Amino acid sequence: MSVLIYTDSADGTLTKNAFEAANYGALLAKKEGKTATAVVLGEASDIDKLGAYGITKVLHVNEAALNNFDPQRNAAIIAQAVTKENATTIIFPHDYSGKATAPMLAAKLDAGLVTGAVALPEGNTVRKAVFSGKAFADVEIKTAIKIISVLPNAVDKQIGEGSVAVENFSCEIPTTRLTVKEVKKASTELSLTEADIVVSAGRGLKGPENWGMIEELAQELGAATACSRPVADIGWRPHHEHVGQTGIAIRPNLYIAIGISGAIQHLAGVNGSKTIVVINTDPEAPFFKAADYGIVGDAFEVVPKMIAAVKKLKG
Amino acid sequence: MKIIVCISKAPDTTSKIAFTDGNSKFDENGVQFIVNPYDEWYALVRALELKEANGGSVTVLNVGDASNDAIIRKALAIGADDAVRIDAPTQDALFVAKQIANYVKENNPDMVLLGKETIDYNGSQVGGMVAAILDMPYVSLASKLDMNGTTATIEREIEGGVEVIETSTPFVLSAAKGMAEARIPNMRGIMAARTKPLNVVAAIAADNATEIKSFSLPPAKTGCKYVDADNVEQLIDLLHNEAKAI
Repeated sequence: MSVLIYTDSADGTLTKNAFEAANYGALLAKKEGKTATAVVLGEASDIDKLGAYGITKVLHVNEAALNNFDPQRNAAIIAQAVTKENATTIIFPHDYSGKATAPMLAAKLDAGLVTGAVALPEGNTVRKAVFSGKAFADVEIKTAIKIISVLPNAVDKQIGEGSVAVENFSCEIPTTRLTVKEVKKASTELSLTEADIVVSAGRGLKGPENWGMIEELAQELGAATACSRPVADIGWRPHHEHVGQTGIAIRPNLYIAIGISGAIQHLAGVNGSKTIVVINTDPEAPFFKAADYGIVGDAFEVVPKMIAAVKKLKG
Repeated sequence: MKIIVCISKAPDTTSKIAFTDGNSKFDENGVQFIVNPYDEWYALVRALELKEANGGSVTVLNVGDASNDAIIRKALAIGADDAVRIDAPTQDALFVAKQIANYVKENNPDMVLLGKETIDYNGSQVGGMVAAILDMPYVSLASKLDMNGTTATIEREIEGGVEVIETSTPFVLSAAKGMAEARIPNMRGIMAARTKPLNVVAAIAADNATEIKSFSLPPAKTGCKYVDADNVEQLIDLLHNEAKAI
């Protein structure tokens, strides 16, 4: 019996979310005395790295045709892997690929699915984030086969020394009515959902011309940049940077909020962050209640000092 | 062009999140319910735009009990032609997906649109399940949808970018930000919604694959550690040595 992990690749390497899912799946397999087997669809040059995350076996469908993403096709292939490996639990990353593929597999196998898990299962019960991160629900899966999609930072990373046995998985690849015409990557910017550190700013910055220091701080920290909803709505920053309940939900290790008051909708998208730093001129800003560290002060004075201090630390 | 838009009921985004019955149920006391924003702002409005450009009909579909009729009327006020409510207490995603798939199979729409997730349970499950049951293509997290005859050109969010894809009808699509601009119903729409058909149909038998056992709130932050604005270096030091975040 095995725990099967769907590990997605992009541009020829496995994604960060794929490694997070692999780590979660390996810890679960260890807990339940099962084999941790990863399924890799398409070309990926760094499959060996899965060993360090606790994966012992990889089923690889090494076909360039699978580099493009099609959840209908992927679900059909994973269903074959489930049968082959006698898998009892299937793990997905809760990202764009898992969000599309996991429910399709669940319906195919008539299996219960919990999306957005924040911890390892206790028996048949999985804890997941609900109400956009404002609460948790413990959800019981009642079917024999269980499917779980995992949020970033759901479990602490355990990286070891292990190695993987890679097996070429010959399976039936169905044809579908979906064709990928073009992939438009947003330059080389660090992806928000994959970033360990996020520097975010809001209306307190007074105008789009003042974002230079935010970008500089982000660059010094190796962080991605984000913004609050009003800032995206008035066009100071692009919409894809908007984090919050109706934007992107993120769970970085460190979230630095500058000039953002912390409306409940904004908090919902970021309160899964491990450490939150708030910088605001208003000591009554609600964000301070959700913060680990705070500075009551003017961003235009504090941020340049932060940049200097980070440079000194890293230098 | 025949379009079905699945809508779900959700608590308003400003609702206080609390639980009752030994933390097993969401406390609806004083909570205002709305059409789930992703279903309304993006899926429904884009469906209406496609109908206005190409002709056809927009039906809103909901699985729930009679307490959902108010939000269904709201969707009719925004401009849907008619509504269908599959009469069943709202249960888990697979149960809901089976109900929707059964209705879709009997009514052969060109497309089924819904929001990328609900803002309460954040499942992001129903669309993919419906597509898989009906063996249709599924496009999730779509930010743009254009139709040319039976060919759909769609943009969808992927990690750090956007993918342009093409598919043909019928298909299932989950809508995200960018798909359309929210519409506010006008008085004429609100009046018209009162007389538009809202058909209630019986649910089919299906099991629940999951069940929520209990809810909990995230542990409260132990309190914010304040650093003086004149001592920014101390903050960086704490982030490095105490939080080990940088």
